[in-house]
Amino acid sequence: MTPAADATTTAVVVERRLPHSLDKVWRALTQGPLLESWLMANDFEPVVGHRFTFRMPPMEGWNGVTDCEVLSVVPQRELSYTWNASGAEAAGGLRTVVTWTLHAQADGVLVRMAQSGFRPQDRRNEMGAKYGWERNLGQLEAVVAKLP
Amino acid sequence: MHSAPDELFKALADPTRRALLERLLREGELNVRALTEQAGVSQPAVSKHLGVLRQAGLVLERPQGRIVHYRADARALAPLMDWIRFYAVFWDERMDRLEQLLNRMDQ
Repeated sequence: MTPAADATTTAVVVERRLPHSLDKVWRALTQGPLLESWLMANDFEPVVGHRFTFRMPPMEGWNGVTDCEVLSVVPQRELSYTWNASGAEAAGGLRTVVTWTLHAQADGVLVRMAQSGFRPQDRRNEMGAKYGWERNLGQLEAVVAKLP
Repeated sequence: MHSAPDELFKALADPTRRALLERLLREGELNVRALTEQAGVSQPAVSKHLGVLRQAGLVLERPQGRIVHYRADARALAPLMDWIRFYAVFWDERMDRLEQLLNRMDQ
């Protein structure tokens, strides 16, 4: 059921050691106003089943809204929610799960964020297979990445 | 102004067009003559390729008298960008901000 369990999907994992208390990190992840100050405007509540959105100013090709539903809340241990495309972009769009895991360490907290469920049919892979130009994208991307 | 993704992919499917676009991305604004010098095809062919790139929103033109200057518009590449890479960068930046917030909470 969860995209993470599906072998055909891939995940983004970012880990960070933060020299702060578990309590403080948990609050930053779960209190709406704090969450907004580092992530995005939201109507998040740490309640399983709560539906909410993250909002950014719309930009070309993206309405700026991420549809979410809280999947798990284990205080100071784990937090997960869906992270899906919304509105007109929902059909066939991104359907992923963001999972936060906190591990207390001697000098702080190891924070792990995993966003899972990127499917092969999502955008680039599909287009790459279709046009056979994926190999050439790397160079183009490298050029774009160097732009000021 | 912006075309459908299909048009974008077709525009980029041609190696000569990709080379032209890469040059514009690297070197900024160039006219057809400068672009033709390294393109390995004739000036009319370069003009035609530029037309396709322009149609796809990848290239913008700026007429100056009888000369037209071309430049790349990297924003048009957005639909092609690797979503996964996008999110990896996104979360890394957000983690930086989380760290900054935690530091402020200390004070």
